[in-house]
Amino acid sequence: MDIFTDILNALVLVSNFIIVPSIAYGAQLALGALGVTLIYAILRFANFAHGDFMAFGTMVTVLITWWLQSMGIGLGPLPTALLALPPAIAITIVAALIMDRSVYRFYRKKRSPPAIFVIASIGVMFVTNGIVRFIIGPNDQRFADGERFIIKARAFKQMTGLNEGLSIKVSQGLTVGIAIILVMVLFWFLNRTRTGKAMRAYSDNEDLALLSGIDPEKVVMVTWIITAALTTIAGTLYGLDKSFKPFTYFQLLLPFFAAAIVGGIGKPVGAIIGGFVIAFSEISITYAYKKFLTYLTPESWAPEGLVQLLSTDYKFAVSFIILVVVLLVRPTGIVKGKVI
Amino acid sequence: MNPTLRAVMLFSLMAGLFLIVGFGQSWSVALTIFNLCLISAVMALGVNIQWGYAGLFNVGTMGFVALGGVAAVLVSKAPITDAWVAGGGDLAIAAVLTILTIAAVVLTYRRTEKGPIRNLAITAIIVLGYFPIRLFYDPAVLAIEAVRPAYEGYLGGLGLPILFSWVVGGFFAAGAAWVVGKIALGLRSDYLAIATLGISEIIIAIIKNEDWLTRGVKNVSGLPRPVPYEVDLQQTDWFIDAVANLNDGVLAALTGTERTGVLNQLVIESSSIFVKLSYSGLFIVVLIIIFTLSTRALNSPWGRMMRAIRDNEISANAMGKNITGRHLQVFVIGSAIVGIAGAMLTTLDGQLTPGTYNPLRFTFLVWVMVIVGGSGNNMGAVLGGFFIWFFWIEAEPIGVWFIDFSTSWMAGDNPVRLHLMNSAQHMRLLIMGVVLLLVMRFNPGGLLPEVTKRFGAQK
Repeated sequence: MDIFTDILNALVLVSNFIIVPSIAYGAQLALGALGVTLIYAILRFANFAHGDFMAFGTMVTVLITWWLQSMGIGLGPLPTALLALPPAIAITIVAALIMDRSVYRFYRKKRSPPAIFVIASIGVMFVTNGIVRFIIGPNDQRFADGERFIIKARAFKQMTGLNEGLSIKVSQGLTVGIAIILVMVLFWFLNRTRTGKAMRAYSDNEDLALLSGIDPEKVVMVTWIITAALTTIAGTLYGLDKSFKPFTYFQLLLPFFAAAIVGGIGKPVGAIIGGFVIAFSEISITYAYKKFLTYLTPESWAPEGLVQLLSTDYKFAVSFIILVVVLLVRPTGIVKGKVI
Repeated sequence: MNPTLRAVMLFSLMAGLFLIVGFGQSWSVALTIFNLCLISAVMALGVNIQWGYAGLFNVGTMGFVALGGVAAVLVSKAPITDAWVAGGGDLAIAAVLTILTIAAVVLTYRRTEKGPIRNLAITAIIVLGYFPIRLFYDPAVLAIEAVRPAYEGYLGGLGLPILFSWVVGGFFAAGAAWVVGKIALGLRSDYLAIATLGISEIIIAIIKNEDWLTRGVKNVSGLPRPVPYEVDLQQTDWFIDAVANLNDGVLAALTGTERTGVLNQLVIESSSIFVKLSYSGLFIVVLIIIFTLSTRALNSPWGRMMRAIRDNEISANAMGKNITGRHLQVFVIGSAIVGIAGAMLTTLDGQLTPGTYNPLRFTFLVWVMVIVGGSGNNMGAVLGGFFIWFFWIEAEPIGVWFIDFSTSWMAGDNPVRLHLMNSAQHMRLLIMGVVLLLVMRFNPGGLLPEVTKRFGAQK
């Protein structure tokens, strides 16, 4: 009986500190990496402005949320930000299209090499970053409201009688639910609709797609619309789960790239797998297993140190070590095959 | 327009801008900006060698700048004997084990065929090596960081003059670049960009967290200087005499205590200017040496080969040029120059603050300098370094002035106006982005475009 409780305690401990946070973080990364991968598949460059673009979308959501909160409009137990999302997405889409028209279209017409696009995206990154800091400032902003937990640690303990508690935040539940719906809609769109098929054709072979009468500008426009929507949602969910700070969002660029490349850049399935691979490794490699091992081993074996593979400060480094290893061992990423 | 004339005009414009700051704000501010402009110019030269000469897309500049900064600490700070006694032995064992593990990995990589067996073997070696390393490394780190943690808690340096660190910083960056290049240079351009961006973040993470080496975010301050201290200068006779002689006109009219007071004030002001000028002198020497060498390299057969590789890798390969080898070479040289600049920067600051390394300022801003100045043209890179750093600093006062002016019709306590005034400092990011995009679009060669000499019959 004692051994059985110990094992259960260890499992709950791991669920609480590794599995639940990783699933939520993985879903956020997957949504962000989907944006990176779609831009890569259609426009054929690595978009360095993606993190700041996400900050922009989230900023709009935060501003609308504040306005709604000040008007006394809310969703009860759910965060008000969900109500602010649709208008925020619309505004972000407009911003994305303006950016594409004014910057990228010129280089697309000239068929510039990818490096030029990337440098242009660095310019866009500066501009977006500047706009976000100019409007909302560089500091942490909280905009979450409503209920905080689906299951509280203490309630879980009372319910099960275990030593360890399991808590699931509303934002984590929302993240996973919304991510599943979005991914299903996205795959339905890419595989079943005319525009989705046109996108896949364009990404597979640009010249052939042009010959079959596919309008490249329309394909690019749809790509930006999807990316803007995904990015705004991913940013808002991340902000609800943690908090909104422009610089953190800029730094998320690295795990996004890592997720997209690890999964196989240009492939939506890859981005999703990559997102979870990165999230699980970041969290599980930097977790201290001392308590976990104490439950599972006889008392005399209890470890002295924290039993942590890498210090938590190396979280971002983990994704890049994985990225470098994948680039060396399997440059095509986990999912091989055609783009999109 | 004649390229030389264009360069002369643009550099005169730059000089004019410094004069405006000197007379308008103060000479101290102008010199501070000037010194950082010189360092920026060196960094831009390093990136220009990689991107302008060879077309290598390295956005890991920040990591190499930081390595230069680490060199400044490790060369100039006095060694801390207690820390070495406490953890040096264990640390040495951990280092030997690390080297053995890496050697085993490299050997296995060379001796085995590509395939799952190789991957498995390498993974096994890394896992087997990791735990013994931690066994010695962890107690060593704990012991070192426990030595007077509020002041030291790290190993210290070699206690040599800080000027050596400029060379050492170059070598640090070159060594890191060699490893990175070996791993990452086979990738296509935008993959290389992502990989280098990631590696630079890893370097910063290490510097921030390995307190035994760099004190991490606790910073190392009070680095020795290559130039005299202001306080010492103010006590030195020849300096006071020189100031008195220079300001003869003002001082002659005064007598007694009044004269002493004015003279003291002048000495204090001049000592700060003198220190800054001494730094400028050192930096100018470095800039001239690096500029001359890289321009000679660019105009040599080696430079022509690099440009041939940049413009068409396949035909350069067909001509028998070793593309991978040359890429690695240019990557190492460019990074070394960035490392030298990093050491110079930390020397000027007098402290290493790992928390302040930010990719926007130390990687992407340097890229803006190179693109705006003119990639492939050394003069252009230097000019870009000057212009961009100047406006990066001056964007704030200009932004404040602009917003103050354009919102002057609002009431003084209008919340919109107050918010805009407070956010004016973020204008610089916006301005830099817009400048980069405009130059790329309308003047892709930059302010001073690359000059290609053509030989033979071409009219």
